[in-house]
Amino acid sequence: MIDIGHFLILAILLFSVGIVGVISRRNIFVMYMSIELMLNAVNLILVALSHHFEDLNGQVMAIMIIAIAAAEASIFLALFVMLFKNARSLDANFFDLLKQEKHND
Amino acid sequence: MIESSLLIWVIVSVALSSLTLMLLTIYNKYNNDIAKSIYPLLGIGGPFISLLFSIFLIYTLLINETTLYYKAFTWLDIEGFTIQASLMLDPLSAAMLSFVSFVGFIIHLYAHAYMGDDTSYPRFFAWFNLFMAAMFLLILADNPFMLFIGWEGVGLCSYLLISYYFDNEENVQAGNKAFILNRIGDFGFISGLALLFLYIGESGLDFASLEANVHLIPSSAINLIAFLLFVGAIGKSAQIPLYIWLPDAMAGPTPVSALIHAATMVTAGVYMVARFHFLYAMSEDIGLFIAYIGAFSALLAALIALRQDDIKKILAYSTMSQLGYMFMAVGLGAYSYGIFHVFTHAFFKALLFMGAGAIILALHHEQNIKKMGALRSKMPFLFSVMLIATLAISGIPPFSGFFSKDAILNHLFASGHFDIFAIALLTAALTSYYMFRLLFIVFISPSQQEHKLLPQSQLIKLTLSILTIGIVFTGFINLPVFFGGNENYSIWLNLPDMRYGLSHLSEIILLLVNVSFALIGILMAYAHYKDSSVDPSFGAIEKWIKNRFYIDELYAILIVKPIGYLSHLIVYIDEQLIDRFIHLISSSYQRLSYYSDYVQNGNVRYYALYMSVGIVSIFIYLGIQG
Repeated sequence: MIDIGHFLILAILLFSVGIVGVISRRNIFVMYMSIELMLNAVNLILVALSHHFEDLNGQVMAIMIIAIAAAEASIFLALFVMLFKNARSLDANFFDLLKQEKHND
Repeated sequence: MIESSLLIWVIVSVALSSLTLMLLTIYNKYNNDIAKSIYPLLGIGGPFISLLFSIFLIYTLLINETTLYYKAFTWLDIEGFTIQASLMLDPLSAAMLSFVSFVGFIIHLYAHAYMGDDTSYPRFFAWFNLFMAAMFLLILADNPFMLFIGWEGVGLCSYLLISYYFDNEENVQAGNKAFILNRIGDFGFISGLALLFLYIGESGLDFASLEANVHLIPSSAINLIAFLLFVGAIGKSAQIPLYIWLPDAMAGPTPVSALIHAATMVTAGVYMVARFHFLYAMSEDIGLFIAYIGAFSALLAALIALRQDDIKKILAYSTMSQLGYMFMAVGLGAYSYGIFHVFTHAFFKALLFMGAGAIILALHHEQNIKKMGALRSKMPFLFSVMLIATLAISGIPPFSGFFSKDAILNHLFASGHFDIFAIALLTAALTSYYMFRLLFIVFISPSQQEHKLLPQSQLIKLTLSILTIGIVFTGFINLPVFFGGNENYSIWLNLPDMRYGLSHLSEIILLLVNVSFALIGILMAYAHYKDSSVDPSFGAIEKWIKNRFYIDELYAILIVKPIGYLSHLIVYIDEQLIDRFIHLISSSYQRLSYYSDYVQNGNVRYYALYMSVGIVSIFIYLGIQG
């Protein structure tokens, strides 16, 4: 029997995979995919809890998030295209313009 | 008489406003015709207007015989501590005002002739006018705090004017010396004022209420207050041990010396003691102390002056010596005689300095009397006025110095302090000796070298003549009883002098003794210097006198050097300990930031890591709490 606990464990696993992906991978595309993974882990929790408490609000929220994530994706992809056009790279380590410059002392 | 009391304020403010006008335009070059006509007008016009108002006010005071008050505004009003910016004209201030405004104005005229070609003429006259304004404020003040403003003002101006030629470092040091020694005195003065306020300040701080309440001060404190106030006078009036600034003050232009020594500044100490006569009348010990300080200062200065070769330094030491007489007088309760000597001294000392300045100008700024000589035939006019002034300072009748000095000497004898009297008498002989040494060496003794004299300005001759008339006649205003007068000046001053009844016979004997001591000095000087400018040797003491008793060196060893070492030590501690500690703190922060800025590396993945670590720690914390 699959109960609410299994859904939550799966969601936590997905979320953790997402976090590790964001931190450890250097390719911006893969990082974006990891972020989507975390987003969907949250969606999964919302849907599972909605089913568990027999409350539709959670499902509405999940559909809303999916719609927004779709819009997000289009903006992200446009950004990546511009990034690649300007820098010829999608390596996250390459984009460190905000770092503190070292002094020579 | 509201109108005339307002004029007291005008006397001070006219000098101040001409100063302000000159300061406002001081950056204008003094090189075109307009500037050369405006600046003298401002610089001399201010003192002239002050002089006119002074004459009018003194005349009013003589007619009405009521003290004039003018309250400008309330300066400070803290609970129980009210200081009015108010001025007062009573006979004592009027006596000071008369010669300060008159001699001051004459010196301004002289300074115009003396400094006419100086490029910093506006600056000079600005400070000169400020000097007059500060002195007016000092003598017209109605309470000790207004007096103190003027007191500090003249100190400041002496500094500014002594170091007037500031491109020479020695002059700057002389200015600093004057200022620092005056500060030491001022510290005593302001401590005395603070104590005075502490005991009787609640019931009014003007001189009248201080006098009314002075009996409330416990007798243990009154000596201390009187002493501390006198410390201020020691600094300002150049007495032992704070006198060493006075000879160095000769670094300033000659009109400055004349102004400092005659009209302003050094007389302030005597005036202050006379002003606080109610205080000094209650502490006879301090009065005696003042008299002894005056006596030893007079003697020391006269001894040092015997072997000085700089014409201005001789006059500087003679000022210190004459101030000693004034302090002997006020210390032993002869306030009006002291003030009278201040009055006569202002005329003859101004004339001596201005004459010396004229000689210095004519000889292309030569100040060493040994390089002068036989100037009598070339400068007969200067010789005659200098002779009159020298006779006056030596106390030869009928010139003004005789009357004031004789009155003081008589009082000293009558008071029973024969040691002070003996010192004063000896000093009188020394005074006439060194003054006539100056006169003979400069004018009579044969000259080693030929001088090309510059012509004398008519204005200088005019000012010298006016003062000479003053010297001849001012003595008679306080004609003693046995000469047929009735001491009008002392009666008018209305100060509580101590009176000792001396018979006319003994007064006449004393007079003969005094004059004969002065004559002995003159004759000895004549014997030594009539045809040679070489000093006869005094034997063992010669070296001491020549080196001014090593007082400057003693101060250098006792005070200046230890303070120098101390400040070097403090600098060392500052650099090695405090600075290093501060640098350690700042450099450790720098190092810390060197490591911590690894955190801010601009890499978004690290930021994500920090965020998740933060979120996880928050959850862990909440988990422990819950």
